[in-house]
Amino acid sequence: MDQSKIRNFCIVAHIDHGKSTLADRIIEKTGLLTSREMQAQILDNMELERERGITIKAQTVRIIYQAKDGNEYIFNLIDTPGHVDFNYEVSRSLAACDGAILVVDAAQGIEAQTLANVYLALDHDLDVFPVINKIDLPSAEPERVKNEIEDVIGIEAQDAPLISAKNGIGVEEVLEAIVEKIPAPGGSPDNPLQALIFDSVYDSYKGVIVFCRIKEGRVKKGTKIKMMATGATAEVVEVGYFGAGQFIPCDELTAGMVGYLTASIKNVKDTAVGDTVTDVDNPCAEPLPGYKKVNSMVYCGMYPADGAKYPDLRDALEKLKLNDASLNYEPETSIALGFGFRCGFLGLLHLEIIQERLEREYNLDLVTTAPGVIYRVYKTNGDMIELTNPSNLPDPSEIDYMEEPVVSAEIMVTTEFIGPIMQLCQERRGRYISTEYIEASRALLKYDLPLNEIIYDFFDALKSRSRGYASFDYELKGYEQSKLVKLDILINHDEVDALSFIVHADSAYERGRRMCEKLKDEIPRHLFEIPIQAAVGGKIIARETVRAMRKDVLAKCYGGDITRKKKLLEKQKEGKKRMRQVGNVEIPQSAFMSVLKLDDN
Amino acid sequence: MRNLSIYIHIPFCVRKCLYCDFLSGPASVGEVGNYVNLLLREIKEQSVFYGDHRVVSIFFGGGTPSLLPARETGRILEGVRDGFFVAEDAEITIECNPGTVTAQKLRDYITSGINRLSIGLQSTDDEELARIGRIHSYSDFLETYTAAREAGFRNINIDLMAGLPGQGMASYTKTLERVAALSPEHISAYSLILEEGTTLYVNQDAYTFPDEEEDREMYELTGRYLAEAGFHRYEISNYAKEGQECRHNKVYWRRGDYAGFGLGASSMVQNVRWKNPEAHMAYADCVEKMGHGGGGRALGSGSAPCIARPQDKSFAEMLRRTGRCEVQELTAEEQMEEFMFLGLRLTEGVDLKAFLRNFGKAAEDIYGRQIRSFLEQGFLERAGQRLRLTSRGIDVSNAVFAAFLF
Repeated sequence: MDQSKIRNFCIVAHIDHGKSTLADRIIEKTGLLTSREMQAQILDNMELERERGITIKAQTVRIIYQAKDGNEYIFNLIDTPGHVDFNYEVSRSLAACDGAILVVDAAQGIEAQTLANVYLALDHDLDVFPVINKIDLPSAEPERVKNEIEDVIGIEAQDAPLISAKNGIGVEEVLEAIVEKIPAPGGSPDNPLQALIFDSVYDSYKGVIVFCRIKEGRVKKGTKIKMMATGATAEVVEVGYFGAGQFIPCDELTAGMVGYLTASIKNVKDTAVGDTVTDVDNPCAEPLPGYKKVNSMVYCGMYPADGAKYPDLRDALEKLKLNDASLNYEPETSIALGFGFRCGFLGLLHLEIIQERLEREYNLDLVTTAPGVIYRVYKTNGDMIELTNPSNLPDPSEIDYMEEPVVSAEIMVTTEFIGPIMQLCQERRGRYISTEYIEASRALLKYDLPLNEIIYDFFDALKSRSRGYASFDYELKGYEQSKLVKLDILINHDEVDALSFIVHADSAYERGRRMCEKLKDEIPRHLFEIPIQAAVGGKIIARETVRAMRKDVLAKCYGGDITRKKKLLEKQKEGKKRMRQVGNVEIPQSAFMSVLKLDDN
Repeated sequence: MRNLSIYIHIPFCVRKCLYCDFLSGPASVGEVGNYVNLLLREIKEQSVFYGDHRVVSIFFGGGTPSLLPARETGRILEGVRDGFFVAEDAEITIECNPGTVTAQKLRDYITSGINRLSIGLQSTDDEELARIGRIHSYSDFLETYTAAREAGFRNINIDLMAGLPGQGMASYTKTLERVAALSPEHISAYSLILEEGTTLYVNQDAYTFPDEEEDREMYELTGRYLAEAGFHRYEISNYAKEGQECRHNKVYWRRGDYAGFGLGASSMVQNVRWKNPEAHMAYADCVEKMGHGGGGRALGSGSAPCIARPQDKSFAEMLRRTGRCEVQELTAEEQMEEFMFLGLRLTEGVDLKAFLRNFGKAAEDIYGRQIRSFLEQGFLERAGQRLRLTSRGIDVSNAVFAAFLF
């Protein structure tokens, strides 16, 4: 394999700017697939991904391109996840590339994720060249966008291909640009093996399939390999490259190539993304830079709606975990919800995806508790605990102080909405850092925000206050001391553990009040009156009452049609069965979820 | 001999009321004639099963049964008498709407043996009547009522409704006053319930309904006012003068045997429940099958007619074979459920000794938790060997009934 004819690259873009569509067109134009074989978007494999229009797991494909210079090139297109939750995975995928295509929407121009992703690519020393997409839109302004790219990002954009990925316009030009502008990979096949793991999937026949970029050396069947961070060793069974939607075995992977290897590895835990693979018999001196252990940022409790389905939920989580090393879970028990799991996620999107997959692919009906972040609780005895479940908060007398995670956030917004967005950040306890004007009508706002203020409904609020124009990106900054309290909810004087959560002391009253109001609407009237109270440290701060049922009578029973009346009674009874019993009170499953959306309208 | 009640469904009306979700609708003269012929065939074919039964009540319900010409109701009753043993003192009721009967028709009813009239008045306020789509006025009603008395009816029920759109305490009180002053033998007073699929349900936002509190006040007022006027409540929504309780109605709550004839009619005989088809074609089909040996006669190879009796295992089989719907042989548990939620509708409540007799187990052993909790909360009360709803229990009777389902 002629190393100089290989191009390893990825496409970076803001969501909906056309990344996956361009990827499809590139694969189509290289002729390895007929149009008939193309699914709507080849790279987004999971049904969920196609529906949401985002890429969740990195996908990779090897294609052959006959360039105008008469040579045949191998392109490895590495598709990267497109969401801030998966930032680390994105960074490892980028590290497997030598260059990146930056896709910018000709009408919308640069957005928050455009910047975040392009800076990430530049940080990895990738050669980035821009393409302007959607030029056939009536609102397209390619010249303005080109200038914007040059002014804001500082990369050459005047000769950027003007394309419409959707309609196949300008794709040839992109292919030629890949050959010209993206450098061939470096490294030597004769050096000791040094390969970067950028993804892995679990296959029930082959075990873990490790996606890797060979930086140095070579690997083939029989090579004894070692994962340098996890320490796991194995013997390679198969190596190969990525066809469209299939794995194609080959004899050997050498420096500069992108491919996969299998080695009868049973668990994705052993093949952490970012780890370096080397040869046990001829190891490299040091691992590739940039490995880090991925930590969960957001936690919530997940319970089967039907308690008998607990083993099913456990099995389903086990299976998902095989493919998703960033998912964490451990069993927990709630008085209100019974047996379930405390699960850790990279972010709220990750949480939602796992939840939807559990419900769709495993047909589970779930009750999820309010997502929370990891708080650091410093106790008076000098101990520090990392708190993921509010119910485990020690007694206030044992707490010295608490810390919460804070993120650096960048919000891109048109100037007319700067006011409302700043107000939103203020309400969410944001600390203002700066405003940078991208052009006369658009600005980049920088804020430090507590993570627990943005995991609920920050996206929704941002969208509604900017009429959809604001875009948002963030990264974890660190932990800061904060005045935090546990808010408890009492229903008919019984504390409902699954409804407790940690909140900043200043917003406790407001949150408590809104929770009580919401729950009042969710809990059906019973034969008796039900007080709903919010409490902090045993002190009641808000109260609502579900009035006792006054009237519940059947209509006239006509012509002896008892069956029909019984069906109505049965329906009433069935409804109760789907509820959770707390003391004497039946709480619908939806009540536990509804408190997650305490929007501010 | 066992007692049997007969329900006869007449699915015709002039126009559907806005709150009505019963099986009914307008029809042409030809359709009416055909329907009565089918009904007569069904009655004839079914009579073979009830050789050892005595008919103690017959009820013509609808729709508006009084839309039938009197000679048609006469023909139906003749058909019943031809096939069944009808007791001398059987209660025979027909429902009628004001304005659908003439003095002559009422006299013809008396002649054919009908001895009880149930008049659908609902309200004495003409605006309230118009709002729910009734086709008559209060004065139409008065005419019908007077004519019924003159024709010789000694047992009349008047249907009322509380909780109508735009109804207030004042107008409801007036309705009660006027009706009580007429001194009928029986009054039914139901709370309006918005049933899904009715016009009123669909357009409910366009109306103002009395709130829950007012609705319950109306209910309490009904009991209080009618008691003073000499009516006692014997069922959640039914009031009668001494000895004038509706026998047919009580059969439903006491789980007596009843056979329903006609489109969509319900039956329960010896713990088997079933319904006739609700679509006309399916009903006609069903009657056809009854007439071709499917009725249970001449089954098997023998020439001797072999008739499944209601207590036989093959009875339910026969019902299914002839296209009856929702045929259900009630299990012991289902019988217990019904015993409770139907019996509790009566103010006398359920007889705990009868429960033990019927099921071989004490109600307290089966429903101990529910009974204890409802007694504690004051929704049920004990009266000797009986268990009954308190007035608070009546208000939320659905919730109480639902708790007795397994």
